[in-house]
Amino acid sequence: MLKIENLHAEIDGKEILKGLSLTVNAGEVHAIMGPNGAGKSTLGYVLGGRPGYEVTAGSVTFNGIDLLELAPHERAAAGLFLGFQYPVEIPGVSNVQFLREALNAQRKGRGEGPLSGAEFLKVARAQAAAIGMDAEMLKRPVNVGFSGGEKKRNEMVQMGILNPKFAILDETDSGLDIDALRAVGDGINRIMRAPDKAVLLITHYQRLLDYVKPDVVHVLAGGRIVKTGGPELALELEAAGYAEVTA
Amino acid sequence: MSALPTRRDEAWRYSDLEAVASVWPLPAPEVIEVAAGDSITRVIVQDAAADATAIRDIQVILHAGATATFHVLNTGGKLGRVAIDVTCHEGSHFELGAAMLGAGEQTLEIVTTLNHIEPNATSNQMVRSVLGGHATGSYLGKVAVARDAQKTDASQSVKAMLLTRTATANAKPELEIFADDVKCAHGATVGELDKTGLFYLESRGLPPAEAKALLLRAFIGSVFDGIADDAERESVEAAAQAALERML
Repeated sequence: MLKIENLHAEIDGKEILKGLSLTVNAGEVHAIMGPNGAGKSTLGYVLGGRPGYEVTAGSVTFNGIDLLELAPHERAAAGLFLGFQYPVEIPGVSNVQFLREALNAQRKGRGEGPLSGAEFLKVARAQAAAIGMDAEMLKRPVNVGFSGGEKKRNEMVQMGILNPKFAILDETDSGLDIDALRAVGDGINRIMRAPDKAVLLITHYQRLLDYVKPDVVHVLAGGRIVKTGGPELALELEAAGYAEVTA
Repeated sequence: MSALPTRRDEAWRYSDLEAVASVWPLPAPEVIEVAAGDSITRVIVQDAAADATAIRDIQVILHAGATATFHVLNTGGKLGRVAIDVTCHEGSHFELGAAMLGAGEQTLEIVTTLNHIEPNATSNQMVRSVLGGHATGSYLGKVAVARDAQKTDASQSVKAMLLTRTATANAKPELEIFADDVKCAHGATVGELDKTGLFYLESRGLPPAEAKALLLRAFIGSVFDGIADDAERESVEAAAQAALERML
């Protein structure tokens, strides 16, 4: 479904990804773990198409298409979702307004008709309820004044509404208390665990993986995948530390 | 004023004087006098043709306890200028919500003078500008508080968003206070669209132009909220939206 080959990427002339290769098949959840500065967030941003992140070599294909040729909104329409480590506050724009415009823009990109306000609200309320977010928060400006946990729940609500094929979740577990962690984990399973979908979980810690069981675990260090294994690799990392495992 | 203004005239220093000369002399200002205790509202949409020079000059006299609420969309013309001179008597209130949306070679100006001549009058001004191309948008806001005008409460909030490096925003509050028990608050910011916010919106599927329009609509935000008549408010908001879309 997603195939990354020999990816090199830099920001401000500094090379961060140095030949990263990775294949994720439909129906799979992959976890990427690694120390600070390994390039985990860079990988997420490069896949999402953030300006300033320049790919200097390598390729990324998503369901057979060249992902790197697409603008960020086209990647979204193609079924990609990037969950942010630090979801951005957008003052003055309500969650519902933003998400309805975003969903309808994606639908338009796929040649589908727009959802009406009422149809959209029904979907949005159901997603908010499923993650345990107060429906009133849908009317509030995007992430403004939300706690860390509320922002991450809001990312899950967005993911549920947009219903992507492939989710890249960048430290969605950071800053969460136990209840929020469970809610987010349940959300990922509910929305993304399907034979035709896949997830790339970027995380520092094993704890999210207690809720979302990965099929494959990769260790990212120094801009490349240095080790790949099953779920047991995450436990090994937790016990021995990155230095030991990547040595 | 009979002589053509020059750059030395504070109220004209950022103007397009060539355009001003083309329509000089200006007609006498429109005078709006609001009787004690009355209130009026005005909506001004300055949406003149691209090569026009559009200058609106208004004098407002608010008698005791009177209220005037102005909403201004200043977006058309080579030079688009709205000047409002307000005299506040005892306990009166003046409210302004304005947006300047300019692109190309436009010069847009909102020039206000608040003469607080008696006690207990209040004024509140909110101006938002979005400027692209080589446009210049200027807000000149003078507040003059007379010696006897105690308990005056005058506030100005001015924010500008520059879409290009070649656009210019001027924000000049000018306070002249002779009383000693007054509140005069003023704040001004000039910024550009938040790139991280844009990427966030685009990553959710909004094309760049739509993402920018959404952020700019939010930036202009509440300036027109106070228009009581729904149809009128919607028509001003639609005109503002059309102006924004032309700029992107």
